Amino acid sequence: MIEPSAEEYLVESTQPLTPEQATANLRSSDLSLRYYAAWWLGRFRVRSTEAVDALIAALEDEADRTELGGYPLRRNAARALGKIGNMRAVPALIKCLECTDFYVREAAAQSLEMLRDPSAATPLMQLLAGGVAAAIQVPGRPHLTQPYEAVLEALGAIGATEALPLIQPFIEHPVPRVQCAANRAMYQLAQDPQYGERLVKVLDNSNLQLRRVALGDLGAIGYVAAADAIANATVENSFKLIALKGLLESQLNEESEALSLTDDAIRILNLMDSLL
Amino acid sequence: MTDTQQLIRAVAEADSPARMVTAVQKLAAAKDTAAIPTLIASFGYNNPGAAVAAVAGLTELGEVAVPQLLENIDDYNYGARAYSIRTLAAIGDPRALEVLLTASATDFAPTVRRAAAKGLGFLQWHKLPATLRVTAQIKAMDALLALTQDSDWSIRYAAIVGLQSLAKIPNLQSSIKTRFKEMLASDAEKAIRARVLLAQSVTSDQ
Repeated sequence: MIEPSAEEYLVESTQPLTPEQATANLRSSDLSLRYYAAWWLGRFRVRSTEAVDALIAALEDEADRTELGGYPLRRNAARALGKIGNMRAVPALIKCLECTDFYVREAAAQSLEMLRDPSAATPLMQLLAGGVAAAIQVPGRPHLTQPYEAVLEALGAIGATEALPLIQPFIEHPVPRVQCAANRAMYQLAQDPQYGERLVKVLDNSNLQLRRVALGDLGAIGYVAAADAIANATVENSFKLIALKGLLESQLNEESEALSLTDDAIRILNLMDSLL
Repeated sequence: MTDTQQLIRAVAEADSPARMVTAVQKLAAAKDTAAIPTLIASFGYNNPGAAVAAVAGLTELGEVAVPQLLENIDDYNYGARAYSIRTLAAIGDPRALEVLLTASATDFAPTVRRAAAKGLGFLQWHKLPATLRVTAQIKAMDALLALTQDSDWSIRYAAIVGLQSLAKIPNLQSSIKTRFKEMLASDAEKAIRARVLLAQSVTSDQ
């Protein structure tokens, strides 16, 4: 499961590449070059038709396999397509939701969250089949049967209100991160503050990773009532700044061209200043 | 043994994170210059509660803590370094100028660079002799103007906060206002444009 990232942990690559070279490398006989190229195209958001086509083709790669039957290149290609943001990738990413590799399904769900295409809602809902009872740990693996966090977040981001009754039970899922994702989606779909408040409560949890997750969720849903709780959370300032930026942007959404500042926006900016 | 020495010993002997926080808080409250090295050392204990208490204590001591703060910046621990820079920024002694310039431009840790950028805007310029003041102010402004081009939005954000404060200085104002206008027109991040708007609303009153 992917950790929310703060810029402190970004590692810059030293290997020089051009968009053309990276696109060509996706078909290299050297599998490690393919894997790296897919990551690189996403990292630098290369939006050329050639790159998108090559990445979509890489979603069906059979050459690069792990010992456990995973598809490393497909994972990276799926992640890159989300970052690049071309809607042409949607059908191929939806197909990846049925891949045998958990991490390919997870990457596809995360990218479908970014692309926000309504056509992904039904296939994503199918991954919730069986409800909480089916959402158990896979024996011997560090993950559940499906990438529930990513699926719940994607359904929330897409605005799939028809998924609401499927999502709600996941608020009681035993894994706290899944609970967070469910609350996040429920808030987005129902706009009910009780779900935002549940995430605020997680900011007091003793687990730092979980506090970071909740910060990310609150930023993503732009829950403005959480501003002070975010600023006071015991988490690194970089994470708090990113969360408050999310709140701020939710305040600025309506006035896209002629930006103007609401009182809430000014309050959030003052909190951000105090975290520098 | 003086009271302060006892308080210093309590910091050394603290055997849990919570006791460490309490010990540093008590030492900071003593407002004794003898406590300075211990307070600075507590930045490196990976104990945010203790570090925040030490920042507050050192900031209250003010100028007298500046030489030791400057000499004891931890080059190997960016967490500790960020607390040092934050303290220097909060005290605002212009002897920190060179350290803040270097940290804002070259540190690898964004948290250090943000603290330094903000600090460059809040130095107490009147403490510099008039002959050095103008050059120092321009150096700070130029450094912040350069940071407004950084690829990291949070660095640009901190640069705006610093520049907003520097815009109080009459001979810097027009360069800063010009850059704010450019950023409002061209910055890709809505949050950054919002911060520019706020800065403009403050600086237009001056």
